[in-house]
Amino acid sequence: MASMESVVFVGISIVSILVLLIPRRSQYYFSLFLHVFLSLIGFLWAVRSLLEGGTKIFPMIDGVTYLPTLTIDSLSAFFVFLISFGMLTGILFAGGYLKPYRKKMSSLELGIHHLAFIWLHISMLMVAVLREGTFFLLAWEMMSVSSFVLILFEAGKTETRLIALNYLIQMHVGFVLIMGAMMYVQSLGYAFGFDGLAGYFSQQPILPLFMVFFIGFGIKAGFVPLHTWLPHAHPAAPSHVSGVMSGVMIKMGIYGLLRVLTYIHTDLYAIGLIILGVSMFSGLMGVMNAITQHDIKKLLAYHSIENIGIIGMGIGAGLLGVALNAPILAALAFSGGILHILNHSLFKSLLFYGAGSVYQATHTRNVEQLGGLMKSMPKTAFLFLLGSLSICGLPPFNGFISEFLIYMGLFKGLGLDIWYLDLSMLASILGLTLIGGLAIFCFTKVFSITFLGSPRSPKASHAKEVADDMILSKVLVGVLIVAIGLFPNIFVQWVAQVTALYVPDITPIENALPTLMKVGIAGGVFIVISLLLLWVRSRQQKQVVVDYGPTWGCGYTGANPAVHQYTATSYAHNFTELVGPLVGTKTHYKQIAEEEIFPQQRHFETHSFDVFEQALIDKPAQLMRSTSNRHESFQTGKLTHYLIYVFAFLVLVFLLTYFQIL
Amino acid sequence: MAALSLLMILISAAVIPGIISITKAKLSGRKGITLFQPLKDILRLFRKGSVYSTTASLIFQITPTIHFAGIALALLFLPFSGGAGLLSFSGDFLFFAYLLAFTKFMLIINAMDTGSGFEGMGANREALYSMLVEPAFFTIMASLVLLTGYASFQEIYNNVHFGDSSLSYLFAAVSIYLLVQIAMVENSRLPVDDPRTHLELTMVHEVMVLDNSGFDLGLIMTGNAFKFAIYGNLIANFLLPQSFSLATNVIIYLVVQVLFAVIIGSLESFRARNKIANNPQFIITLSSIALLLFFSVLIITHKLILE
Repeated sequence: MASMESVVFVGISIVSILVLLIPRRSQYYFSLFLHVFLSLIGFLWAVRSLLEGGTKIFPMIDGVTYLPTLTIDSLSAFFVFLISFGMLTGILFAGGYLKPYRKKMSSLELGIHHLAFIWLHISMLMVAVLREGTFFLLAWEMMSVSSFVLILFEAGKTETRLIALNYLIQMHVGFVLIMGAMMYVQSLGYAFGFDGLAGYFSQQPILPLFMVFFIGFGIKAGFVPLHTWLPHAHPAAPSHVSGVMSGVMIKMGIYGLLRVLTYIHTDLYAIGLIILGVSMFSGLMGVMNAITQHDIKKLLAYHSIENIGIIGMGIGAGLLGVALNAPILAALAFSGGILHILNHSLFKSLLFYGAGSVYQATHTRNVEQLGGLMKSMPKTAFLFLLGSLSICGLPPFNGFISEFLIYMGLFKGLGLDIWYLDLSMLASILGLTLIGGLAIFCFTKVFSITFLGSPRSPKASHAKEVADDMILSKVLVGVLIVAIGLFPNIFVQWVAQVTALYVPDITPIENALPTLMKVGIAGGVFIVISLLLLWVRSRQQKQVVVDYGPTWGCGYTGANPAVHQYTATSYAHNFTELVGPLVGTKTHYKQIAEEEIFPQQRHFETHSFDVFEQALIDKPAQLMRSTSNRHESFQTGKLTHYLIYVFAFLVLVFLLTYFQIL
Repeated sequence: MAALSLLMILISAAVIPGIISITKAKLSGRKGITLFQPLKDILRLFRKGSVYSTTASLIFQITPTIHFAGIALALLFLPFSGGAGLLSFSGDFLFFAYLLAFTKFMLIINAMDTGSGFEGMGANREALYSMLVEPAFFTIMASLVLLTGYASFQEIYNNVHFGDSSLSYLFAAVSIYLLVQIAMVENSRLPVDDPRTHLELTMVHEVMVLDNSGFDLGLIMTGNAFKFAIYGNLIANFLLPQSFSLATNVIIYLVVQVLFAVIIGSLESFRARNKIANNPQFIITLSSIALLLFFSVLIITHKLILE
């Protein structure tokens, strides 16, 4: 019985290839059909694990031994749900998003895209349920390759091809580290794959191998400084793909990390501190860099890094709690971190779908060319606002719930009798506060510049609201965002099952449930008060004279919002000045010299760059290139020169041997 | 008790703007307004019509109301004289702080919706300052949680009075100082912002609401008065132990609120405004003072022992 749905699963994997052969018109519906089935299977697995608990192990198809065995515990089930929901909204959004491309692209191009999207779904599900090394790595590789194909959607652009290549290389660095770690474990006589880790971690030194896994999975998750692929890949991919990549796929890195952590029971203090420190750094760097971006999708990509940081802070603080035997800190922070995985996958995909809608309507991702879309695309705008509010962690939406749990864990962690722990708790609290404040700064910027004021270019003034199926997918996500915000209990109870894998005592979560209910109620009261006041206001407006006129220009009658309104650069400027070298900004401007009496026409241009990318990727690559360039002079292409090299080498060998140096 | 707490806040909110204004007038040798003039101004605004910018969208119409709703809800969290607010739970100060951040978010997008360069500038400064001031508030709360071992407004205030009282009160004094400064920043008063300034370029909060009129402006001004009362309440509660009788506490509370308003009025009268570019430094200084507070708690509770 257990494998009925996995037979369907295998069937879908095989049938999926047909998407290449059918005409363009029906390709989307065919792939939608397959995705719905895959998601249903995912929901089935998740719900079954939720209701029955424990770990389920069953063969993919009964009696077929060469196919892998599936293992589903509460952690797998949680991620399976995340994948299924994320992919479902992704494919719904793709319906409207791909429509304009249907005329431009051949059926083979679109077919490959759909096939890769289906296989991304399949491979992510497999990553979450496979434990055996070979199959896990195969699924992991499938995931990277299919997302590589998805990024290549607009392969006509050279930039896209370079970005996709960069992505592929970085993913394989991670892949090699994970595979190497697993092979090393196997070489010591343990099983290949996750199952062998239990034995390894109980007998061998933990930290070095953990660090290898952390870096390997961290590249996928996007911890700073391993994040450099992320701000490029997300904008280059079409929006349903970036929504899914940011919402779901980078979480598989977190999954890998969490899976490895299930086998570690000692040394958690050091591991917790490492994760907490790296995560806090990622969170702050992510949001700071986000503020300077003007590409709306690049900005969102940096926010993914920020949120991975928040997730990691929850996990790291939770591990500290486990290590120091502080049950409240452990349970609350850890469950907050886990819940934030779900929350981020929701609001980030919502925001990416919003950005995709804007891109489809205006054909630009540069916020400096947008503005005033609130009037032409009100549905998209309000859903984007919902996403913005929840990503800032504001009540009564879902982001607040997970941050609240992490905060509560941190504040409860203050009571322990270790002063340096108090300091790290305080640092984390302040880190989280700053991240929250910066996120508000960033999202007031991006929301205002994109949707408010008046259009900054003809592209923005001609925008029209997007198709209904794109709105529908966003509404689906939005409903869940509000639901988690108002009824946190249900979701936190679910998350508690996952937390139980790491934290021995989860009673603090049960004790926190009444508090969470009050948080939900307070959120509900907020909505009620707001609606009530809005009703009062509408009554008042009917009784008085309401007039319309131009924006008050402070006495200057030539004021024109289209020209004089604030821009994204000026909004970010006072912040970038404050943090200085942490976020890189380059200015291209030639100062007017003193002797220049009649100044020439000048251009002023600023653009931001990633400090870490420059230091870790660009600089070494440049160094390598310049070193090899310097040796280029040896390569003359003349045979005689090469013969001289050979001769010189032989003389050298002779001399070295003669003087007995070699 | 919760209802009484709400009533006390409403009373203080009604008089605080008047008292501040009167204090400033007296100190500068002017005659000044009557106590309830600001209240009357607001009430008149509620009856007035509105003018909306043609640039602005629906956001401009709904955000002042939601902004106000958030501040009104924040009132329900405040404790009084040892009793809990209407909404009280472990970690309620987090909800409270994030709720106020929510209201800021609303006001900022409200300003940005008008497409005015001036309002954008004000909104931008407000966003930066409120971001910078948040760590100070959270450090104070963390110190209080560390000192008392509790994590809700009511429990914190009830327990800060117990134990080694002399040290606790020393601690309370520093907290009060910081809360007054935070209130000045959060309510856009001197030295960060000057409500009396005439030049839009130097404004922060005032320039954000240039385009709001009628009902909306009334809500925003009521919200400002409430915010003063909220910070006054946070300060007053340090001085209201459960052991005192209710009547005494009511009197102490009102005296503290009046004193708070007078202090703000006098600080504004004798203080010069910061250069705009120096504001971030000033605000970050508050966080560092709050950090000293945290360290002193570590020392008080003998967790950090200095040799």
